[in-house]
Amino acid sequence: MTLPDWKTVGGAAVLFGLAALLPYSGSGYYLGLGITIAMFAVLATSWALFSGPTHYISLATAAFFGVGTYVTGLGFEALPYWTLPLIAGVAGAVLAGLVGLATLRLSGVYFVIFTLGLAELVRQIITWSQNRSGQKGLYVLTDMTEAGIYWQLLGLAAAVFLAGWLIARSRLGFALRIIGDDETVAAHSGINTALAKVLLFMVSGGVAAMVGAILAPRFVYIEPSLAFAPILSFQVVIMALLGGTGRLWGPLVGVIPFTFLLEAIASNFPNQTTLALGVAFLVIVYLLPRGFVGLIEDAKARMRRTEGAL
Amino acid sequence: MDILITGLLLGGTYALIAIGLNLQYGVARIMNLANGEMLVIGGFSAFWAHTNIGLSPLLTVFILAPVAFGLNWLIYRVMMVPLVKRAKTRGQLEVDSILATFGLSFVLVGLMLAVFGGDYFNYSYLAVPIRIVGDTYALNRVMAFVMAVIICGLIYLWLNRTRAGMSIRAIATAPDAARLVGIDVRRLSALTFALGGAVTAVGGAYISTFLTLDASTGVVFTLKALIIVIMGGVGDVRGTIVAALLLGVLESFVAALIDPGLTLAAAYAMFITILLFRPQGLFGRKPT
Amino acid sequence: MMQNTVLSLRGVTKRFGGLVAVNAMDFNVTEGEVMGLIGPNGSGKSTTLNLISGALPATAGAISLRGTDITTMAAKDITRRGISRTFQLVRLLPSMDVLENVMAGAVFGHKRHWGAEARTYAMGLIDRVGLGGKAHARVGQLTYIDTKRVELARTLASDPKLLLLDEWLAGLNPTELETGIDLIKSLRDEGRTIILVEHVMDAIRSLCDTCVVMSSGTKIAEGPPAAVLTDPEVIRAYLGDDDDA
Repeated sequence: MTLPDWKTVGGAAVLFGLAALLPYSGSGYYLGLGITIAMFAVLATSWALFSGPTHYISLATAAFFGVGTYVTGLGFEALPYWTLPLIAGVAGAVLAGLVGLATLRLSGVYFVIFTLGLAELVRQIITWSQNRSGQKGLYVLTDMTEAGIYWQLLGLAAAVFLAGWLIARSRLGFALRIIGDDETVAAHSGINTALAKVLLFMVSGGVAAMVGAILAPRFVYIEPSLAFAPILSFQVVIMALLGGTGRLWGPLVGVIPFTFLLEAIASNFPNQTTLALGVAFLVIVYLLPRGFVGLIEDAKARMRRTEGAL
Repeated sequence: MDILITGLLLGGTYALIAIGLNLQYGVARIMNLANGEMLVIGGFSAFWAHTNIGLSPLLTVFILAPVAFGLNWLIYRVMMVPLVKRAKTRGQLEVDSILATFGLSFVLVGLMLAVFGGDYFNYSYLAVPIRIVGDTYALNRVMAFVMAVIICGLIYLWLNRTRAGMSIRAIATAPDAARLVGIDVRRLSALTFALGGAVTAVGGAYISTFLTLDASTGVVFTLKALIIVIMGGVGDVRGTIVAALLLGVLESFVAALIDPGLTLAAAYAMFITILLFRPQGLFGRKPT
Repeated sequence: MMQNTVLSLRGVTKRFGGLVAVNAMDFNVTEGEVMGLIGPNGSGKSTTLNLISGALPATAGAISLRGTDITTMAAKDITRRGISRTFQLVRLLPSMDVLENVMAGAVFGHKRHWGAEARTYAMGLIDRVGLGGKAHARVGQLTYIDTKRVELARTLASDPKLLLLDEWLAGLNPTELETGIDLIKSLRDEGRTIILVEHVMDAIRSLCDTCVVMSSGTKIAEGPPAAVLTDPEVIRAYLGDDDDA
């Protein structure tokens, strides 16, 4: 509809280019931090692609992420490495599609409840099948370097931003905004609400699984309780909400400061991480309901109003 | 046969925690994702009182219930009332309360980790065999079941026979109409929320006599309680009890015949069946 | 069935538990006609509209649009086939401006426009309902009648064969009411087929070609407004409630 804003596109390209140079800094610490930021940037942005416009809260990121790590863990010996993130993406999308078909035709509460336990459910099933075959965990030994993982995540981030930008300009994106505003009006305008929601949830779930697949080599040894750690779902929701889900770049604005905050918490209060995360989450829900994006937009609106008054 | 009875005994305790959640959701309209943590807190208290001062869980609940009631009343007043006030629609309240209680659940888990550490805890109380129709069961499970029956019965009578109970049912069915006939919706919502939390904590105390808990197991119980509430129907005590018993029996069968590690999968299987075939709940009418 | 019948209801019934909200409704709507669906509060008018638009499933009976059975169709499919509605309590999309609200109908409705074409089309309708110049206003800042205009433009944007207006004139002040009646009149003059659920008697007299009167879920009269509004049974249905009270 609107022409691409070349300044924004150019600016984004420059930022990605700069970010891609990080591994050359030679600092393992910063590269590690870069990977964490890139991981959460992809997860939070793709989470917000679905949950932002529709207001359906998905608590299932860890489930998709875990499925992705297992795709790599089970497949890296038999298949060419580059196929693994793609297979993981498909697996995540299929899982999301099934969950979506079962719950997204109904009210949002069912969806939240279903996603709340999804990671735990998949973890139980994998643990059970591992017990039957007698193995405990999987060794993922590849020659993938930290820099390689970082660049893959960066590439995925670029793809997610591009996809988000395209979706926002498509019929699907418009349909989701209408659904988020009033689902009854959406249906009476001729929108297939269930299909639109399921499709976007599949995108979101597929991306989270790809992130898991890319990061699996970093774990070296994966076991269910590690791959499906529910805290991941929680962190992603916090970061996306902190940034604000109303804009494509919103979650990113939340991810960067929160990653540093997490680092600080983890090094200063290693035993109180959960508590600190919970408190941070409550602060956001009560004090920043629309995230940083909301603050910025309110400030802009205030400036416009003062200008108007002059 | 013994699997069936084990399942019924387990289901009885599930009924207790699900009724706690159902009171909170049906009346106060708060989908409380921190419900499981309240249960674990109840379990922790019973454990602590039993191991440190030798107090029987049966007696602990008499202190626990009023304390949990007060705590949940505070949670409602401090955390939920601002959300109720700022919500423009029911949908927004739902989203906000889900997020807030989700955050609360992590705060509670964090607090318990800080106070008790991350270890599993269990203790031995009434772990003596008792014979029922030819098979033996642990007395603590039977005791928990009997207490669940008593408490569920009292709640049922309270909701159906007393003035306060009637008002609460009126709020659950038609909040706006209830307000019009002079029912103090906010005060009763706070009371019901607090009562629901107290019932859940007491349920936790009984569960801790026969299940091993740790600080982060709450979410699994939250999930089971949520599934039971949806299956039984929001605001429906009778449906909740039937659904809880069904889940208890199904879990016992899965645990005995397939694998004890798959109980959540059993709950999910039931959840999906309900979603696909009877989203209005077991006894619910078709939504209008 | 006659060639120019747009909508037909046969024995359409809706029960909520034990309550029969709509009982064996039969009527036809002919091409280009404005039909008034009237009756006292709680007589089942809005429920009938909800059954036609697919917001609620019928318990029994058949509804057909130009000979196609739409009884069990979902709302979205009914809209795509050409029935579009407003709501008793105006429903707009709060996060969007007027233009986007109207485009919602243009993009996903019966005629599926997209891009610049949808925009131009929606702009045309915004002018058509008298909102010219307000395309980029936030819907929260509009006056009451303007919110009604936006909703009307959104329903028109899906290019419906049949328009359902649920108390579209309710709550307007006398001047606005005149403007509103004129607006609907102009739609009628374009040859649109409309079902009007309405309480405003002046509007019914001046707009409707024919009326169906409901009481307690049942059709009690049908015919031109002048005839049905003097029908003793209709008068009793309207006034009877007051006598009992």
